[in-house]
Amino acid sequence: MTTRRQMIFRSAQLGAMLATLGFLPGAAQAQAAYNAAAFEAKNMAELMKALGASAPTESKDVTITGPDIAENGAVVPIGASTALPGAKRMLLLVEKNPSILSAVFDVSDAVDANFSTRVKMGQSSNVFAVALMADGKVLYAVKEIKVTLGGCGG
Amino acid sequence: MSDPMRIRAQSAGDKATVRVLMSHEMETGLRKDGAGKIIPAWFIQEVAAQLNGKTVMTAQWGPAVSKNPFLQFSVKGAKAGDKIAITWTDNKGDKRTDEATVS
Repeated sequence: MTTRRQMIFRSAQLGAMLATLGFLPGAAQAQAAYNAAAFEAKNMAELMKALGASAPTESKDVTITGPDIAENGAVVPIGASTALPGAKRMLLLVEKNPSILSAVFDVSDAVDANFSTRVKMGQSSNVFAVALMADGKVLYAVKEIKVTLGGCGG
Repeated sequence: MSDPMRIRAQSAGDKATVRVLMSHEMETGLRKDGAGKIIPAWFIQEVAAQLNGKTVMTAQWGPAVSKNPFLQFSVKGAKAGDKIAITWTDNKGDKRTDEATVS
């Protein structure tokens, strides 16, 4: 039996695959459709599948910025950047959150691949900055952030 | 109605650093209220930035982004006097656009 949830997941996957293959013209230029499957992924493997990307490799050309210890897990300032040319997308992931993916930034020629924002963290965890490159490579940097007060409680 | 965003764009050399502070609840859909009922998810899903009317950056966010989200990025080739517009769309379909001038 195919549940509605699986259907939605599959169609989103298909959409992501088509978009990466360039079958949806202008998808990268216009506002890319919201990838709900990616935001429901629970771990790195599921996420990369939802995005249609290959397995990530660690790279020192990608930088993750953030505090070593976050007092308040509700507001943790983190940033992702890379100096490499050809970055297509930057992702910010928090490993132990209910859904691993926090934010996706689409990089264009007019902006630097350098984004900062603030995220919620439920508990101490590794955070990842992932760069999806134009040539299909997936590079990441990781940093452990300790949280003294979780941000997902009441 | 949502409150306006605070946008600051400062040029340094050939690029401008844009800082945006949006006003949004960013409910995850995982929290419960006093009566034990789940508070429905309500968060910004899409963010787009335009420089003089041309889209330069788009982002997709999940509910893990903090309440009243902060965003910083830098735009190449933006000069003083250029217009930066930021638009967000949340999962209820609400939208808001605010504009600032690069200084």
